[in-house]
Amino acid sequence: MASGDITRSPPPFPRFALQWRVAFALAAVLIVAGLAFSVQSQTASSILLATTTSTRDTGLLDFLDPLFQADTGIQVQYVAVGTGQALDMAARGDADVAMVHAPSLELTFMARGEGLCRSSLMYNRFLIVGPASDPAGIRGLTNATDAFRRIWQTNSTFLSRGDNSGTNVKELAIWALVGHIPSTTNDSWYLETGQGMGATLTVASEKGAYTLSDDGTFYALESSLSLQILVAGDPFLFNQYHIIVVNPVQHPNVRANASLEYAHWLVSSRGQALIAGYEVAGHRLFTPNYNPNDPGVC
Amino acid sequence: MLQIVALSLFVAGTSTLIGAVLGVPLGTMIALRRFRGRNFVRTLAFTFYGFPPVLAGLLVYLVLSHSGPLGFLGWLYTPLGMILAQAVLVVPIVAGVTISAVQVVERRLHETALTLGADERQWRSTAVHEARLGVLTAIMVGFGRAISEVGAVLIVGGNIAGQTRVLTTAIVLDTSEANYLEATVLGIILFVIAFIVFAALQRLQSEGVV
Repeated sequence: MASGDITRSPPPFPRFALQWRVAFALAAVLIVAGLAFSVQSQTASSILLATTTSTRDTGLLDFLDPLFQADTGIQVQYVAVGTGQALDMAARGDADVAMVHAPSLELTFMARGEGLCRSSLMYNRFLIVGPASDPAGIRGLTNATDAFRRIWQTNSTFLSRGDNSGTNVKELAIWALVGHIPSTTNDSWYLETGQGMGATLTVASEKGAYTLSDDGTFYALESSLSLQILVAGDPFLFNQYHIIVVNPVQHPNVRANASLEYAHWLVSSRGQALIAGYEVAGHRLFTPNYNPNDPGVC
Repeated sequence: MLQIVALSLFVAGTSTLIGAVLGVPLGTMIALRRFRGRNFVRTLAFTFYGFPPVLAGLLVYLVLSHSGPLGFLGWLYTPLGMILAQAVLVVPIVAGVTISAVQVVERRLHETALTLGADERQWRSTAVHEARLGVLTAIMVGFGRAISEVGAVLIVGGNIAGQTRVLTTAIVLDTSEANYLEATVLGIILFVIAFIVFAALQRLQSEGVV
């Protein structure tokens, strides 16, 4: 191609090229601004908490964390997922501290050396909720296993979280006691949402299905649901929450000191009193039960 | 609320600009250069139109996780990670639409340009210039994808209040908490933003500024 002998230049690119340069400069500025924003938000004293949907959906974290920040200057950012995923985030070093409620998964996590320490924090209770019509006739039962057996025997629709969350783990433990672990392939009445507690309750309400819920999330959403509490009070429905600080030996990037401060604050008399006083719609949702004599506390 | 809107615009805008800066030259090159496997690359670019955002989110999550290859950057659960995930989605879309737009021009103008004595480089820039409306459409489609996408930003951003919560992830959260009014308001805001952005871009098109 000859290039020196062009007499008619192509249409006016200069303006076009200039616009591209402006766009490029704008992109660069935005990226630098984003970098600055991101670096600043990380260097500012903050920790990342991996937690379950119930602590978010009940509003507990939005109540506690600003008070913790006022006391210590440490900001708590949280990602709310199921307990299984929360512990996986912690095991990858993507979170600094975890607030979870599936003791069997937690013990595996601790046994692998992923956790620095683990303190019991508080408990609430699981409830079996369902439609007012109660097709399985479980209202007033005090034994969760009996209730689940009736749901199975009457083939009443049951919604499982199906997400390896603490609630899902507890639900499967009850089915194990029943002696029949339902599967979505063989049991047409058994459905999995794969979503958080709030979303699952909404689906259960729409479908007129039974589900297992922590009481806190249920009370927080009760007014928008057409579901009733049918079974409560079985000691097996006790729902224990622990706070776990990620082990900095395994994950040098985690902010262990600030996380320890958070764990200590939560189990301090102030933290425990705040948890005890937290109410939604007139219900006390969580009962603090830190025990300094547990092995391996923070 | 304002912060959520600003972050949504920032993340979607930046990823769209990255998409434009990378996708337009890439699409032009694929449309105009002859090389082995060109058809395959073109099909691939179009396939990425339907690339699931959650899959992009998952891949970027695994790469940015502290146990992943780029974990040292500390971008997971930050706006930067979200921008990266959305750029992964936007680049192929911008490139794909650019390919289509430039190819139409190529058929019309290639011979004319060569007859007028343009060399290859001049021809390429002429082609992009002539295809500018299509290129702008490519960028608009890319922005539409980014601002409305929820799967990738949810996984990579973590929906952290005040840090990585954008309009779409806030809608998901509000819906799961049965705050339907807030969710709807956020949805309307999202729609209005998209409308304003597209109206502005269309004005650019119709006034011939671009």
